[in-house]
Amino acid sequence: MAVIVSLLVQFAQMLLVLALAPLLTGVVRKVKARLQRRIGASVFQPYRDLRRLLGKDVVLADNASWLFRAAPYTIFACTWVAAALVPTFATGLMFSWSGDLIVIAGLLGTARFVQALAALDIGTSFGGIGASREVMIASLAEPAMILIVFSVALIAGSTQLSVVADHMLNGQVGLRVSLALALVALLIVAMAENARIPVDNPATHLELTMVHEAMVLEYSGRHLAMIELGVALKLLLYISMIACIFFPIGLAGANAGIGAFLIGGAAYLVKLTVAAVALGTFEMSIAKMRVFRLPNFVGAALMLSLLGVLLLFVSRGM
Amino acid sequence: MIEIALSCVGLFCLLAVAGAGLGRASSGRFIVYGGCLTIGAVLFTVGVGVIAEPVQRIALPLGVPWVGVHLRLDALSAFFLLLLGLGSAGASLFAIGYCAHDQEPQRVLPFYPLFLAGMTLVLLADDAFSFLFAWELMSLSSWALVMAQHRETGTARAAFVYLVMAVFSGLAMLLAFGVLAGPTGGYAFDAMRAAHPSAGLTALVFALALAGAGSKAGLVPLHVWLPLAHPAAPSHVSALMSGVMTKIAVYGFIRVVFDLLGGAPWWAATIVLVVGGITAVMGVLHALMERDLKRLLAYSTVENIGIVFVGLGLALAFKANHFPAGAALALTAALFHALNHTLFKSLLFFGAGAVLHATGTRDIEKLGGLLQRMPLTSAAVLVGCFAISALPPMNGFASEWLTFQAILLRPELPQWGLKLSIPADGALLALAAALAAACFVRAFGIAFLGRPRTAAAGGAHETDRWSVAAMASFAGLCLLTGLFPGVTIDLLAPVAKALTGASMPWQTGDAWLTTIPVAASRSSYNALLLFVFILGSGGIAAALAKRFGSSGLRRSPAWDCGFPDASPMTQYTGASMGQPIKRVYGALAFHARDVVDMPAPGDTRAATHVVTRTDYIWDGVYVPLSRAVTWVSTYLNVLQFLTIRRYLGFVFVLLILLLMALALWQ
Repeated sequence: MAVIVSLLVQFAQMLLVLALAPLLTGVVRKVKARLQRRIGASVFQPYRDLRRLLGKDVVLADNASWLFRAAPYTIFACTWVAAALVPTFATGLMFSWSGDLIVIAGLLGTARFVQALAALDIGTSFGGIGASREVMIASLAEPAMILIVFSVALIAGSTQLSVVADHMLNGQVGLRVSLALALVALLIVAMAENARIPVDNPATHLELTMVHEAMVLEYSGRHLAMIELGVALKLLLYISMIACIFFPIGLAGANAGIGAFLIGGAAYLVKLTVAAVALGTFEMSIAKMRVFRLPNFVGAALMLSLLGVLLLFVSRGM
Repeated sequence: MIEIALSCVGLFCLLAVAGAGLGRASSGRFIVYGGCLTIGAVLFTVGVGVIAEPVQRIALPLGVPWVGVHLRLDALSAFFLLLLGLGSAGASLFAIGYCAHDQEPQRVLPFYPLFLAGMTLVLLADDAFSFLFAWELMSLSSWALVMAQHRETGTARAAFVYLVMAVFSGLAMLLAFGVLAGPTGGYAFDAMRAAHPSAGLTALVFALALAGAGSKAGLVPLHVWLPLAHPAAPSHVSALMSGVMTKIAVYGFIRVVFDLLGGAPWWAATIVLVVGGITAVMGVLHALMERDLKRLLAYSTVENIGIVFVGLGLALAFKANHFPAGAALALTAALFHALNHTLFKSLLFFGAGAVLHATGTRDIEKLGGLLQRMPLTSAAVLVGCFAISALPPMNGFASEWLTFQAILLRPELPQWGLKLSIPADGALLALAAALAAACFVRAFGIAFLGRPRTAAAGGAHETDRWSVAAMASFAGLCLLTGLFPGVTIDLLAPVAKALTGASMPWQTGDAWLTTIPVAASRSSYNALLLFVFILGSGGIAAALAKRFGSSGLRRSPAWDCGFPDASPMTQYTGASMGQPIKRVYGALAFHARDVVDMPAPGDTRAATHVVTRTDYIWDGVYVPLSRAVTWVSTYLNVLQFLTIRRYLGFVFVLLILLLMALALWQ
């Protein structure tokens, strides 16, 4: 019986992230619209977009290969599995031990690898420009992410997110320089990985500024729906990760009762809303960077996270 | 079992004779490669069979008088024997098909089995003489194989550089054993294990072993021969050289430093860590700039050797600080990565060979669109690219994940050198992994995806069945070792136990086959479960999208922002794909400069774009060195034309000097 309950909780989490992801994107868009003094589309617009895309036929380039057609589902699946590994309302779910933070970073890496390959499959110059910029940004953001994992793992004594969250919630962590550095670095990495301003503009279709949009230019119909859903899931994943490591308030324990789960869920919704408002405000208050200024921006994350790890290796108390 | 391994060496030698005799006969290919395939499979079985068994020895009354040939098969040799068997079986299977169109088989057939014999003998040797004999046999036979396509430009130079570096490596190993043997001349490995050299001599042996084995493995800055020699050889030999021979060099390093010396002081571990980290990043950065598919793979070998040496450096550091559990984890990670590299690098070289055969070029800028034309080869190479880019759930990720866990294991080491170099290595390793992914997006994306850039690429066809079988089986092995990392980790337990005194926890006993390096609350990874989840959720998403959405599909010209059907030349090339990364890292790593000469409006001369790159290591170390050698030999040339009186005078003076030195010594 206990197995069935924990299995149900696990699947509830998987469905929760899937259900909430488009809403989060909608809220961010709404916040940005309000800040521009527009009314903006409803927060449920991303769901309607997905339904519209799913209902349309796929228009496929003549020379598209099986890789191009399999890629959207692979990207979606890798992102979804990674998002399901991050604790949202409760820690220690049934399958949370099947991957740690490094695995989450790796799964997102797999999704990106497939995405970049799919961009090159048709053989257009836009696919190439997107893929080459994406791997350049990733070559800085990915090591930064691994080093952030190192900082967190050295403090919590584990790379398992559930254990990290429990440690941050219950342990005497206190204020640490290394954690502050890791938080700033993680915020920058999250901006870069989710193609947000100032790294990339999710709303642009201006050729010279786009990175992610250039890679998915040839996609349509249900394929595009899968990719859009993957993008939304990835944003949710990063916000959940930041919330669970740095703001674990309200997270329920492994086998807490339904009441604790409800409290955890409510806390999670509050965290998501705060993050969406903060993200929208930040994006409205900063301009997009030129592509070749990005290495400085993302490189700063790499250096900050390295500094955090070095401090921890030198002294455990930092 | 050691008798079986030894008879395999004998059979390899027989096949070499047969290869020399059969030469151009078409049956030669089947006999030699078929034989090597069988013997490779036998060696693999022997390796798996004896890895957990007690040490086996045999002494032959051959070789140097009063020393003889001592052979020994322990857990470490058994693991590398397994790796060698696997690599050689795969390469031989590939070669049966690949060499069907070989113009000059007589240049390859005799040396190929000899090369395998040399490598097998290195693993069995238990005294310095037989080790060095086998080491040189391996070097010389592989040199002959590099020279097989001697008419192609660059091959002769590659082979020359290789020979010089092989001589250097042999010399360094010779001196290392000389120092280890000491004044009494205990050349058997048992005597070396029993002797405990002083701290100074330990340092000397360590430095010599690192130089000797490191130059064979391809550690920066001794790697220069590798990207020249590995691509110059026929592809199945490239696979063996990159996939297996570099591992034999790793074995040499482990044998001398971990086994004969019994560990190294902490500063030595720092050196290994720093060299390994730099090797990993420099190797992959060079690979990113490369347009020759096989050279790209060779540079990527340099990167992976760096990763293996980072693992070995961690193991040395933990061993020096009496932390056997950590040393076992790091050593297991290093050896696991060595095995993984054998699998995916052999696979990728097979793929490069198939592409070379189908299109006649190794230049990725002239390829493109091979995914549709060579579907099976492309699928296998794609699996290899996933694996080498350290992406879950493939095997490359499993071993890098273990290395990361080893780095995170214990930061409170007392020495400052280690405190700083271990986290720095973590950063370098993470950087190398991310750059490797970029490198293989570029390699696969430009060569196999998109539209064909030349007629040769457009007219490519699928390769023969033997080659496809070899690639498919290695792709399958990459996936299997990735999904069940516990099997390999358990296989390595006796090796870790013998060299570090501890081993990782038993993995395959877990009900879910989860990999747990230390404790479940610390970290765990279940590749199989994740793979099932990814397949399941991807499959369900596809089914639901088609069931509840539209399942229609229309073909049309590419959209490309409204400019369809442009020439294939408008695609991104390898150079443009690597340009952002070159701009970020290139200025520092190889002083890369783009010089754009844009004429003013109205001026009709052509614009030019020149990219310059400097290889700091080649220009800074090897060019001055070769200049110095030329300078010295020019001046010493005078000595060649002296009279007999003067020569006798020199002998006399030297004798006096030596006697005086002896008198002062006493």
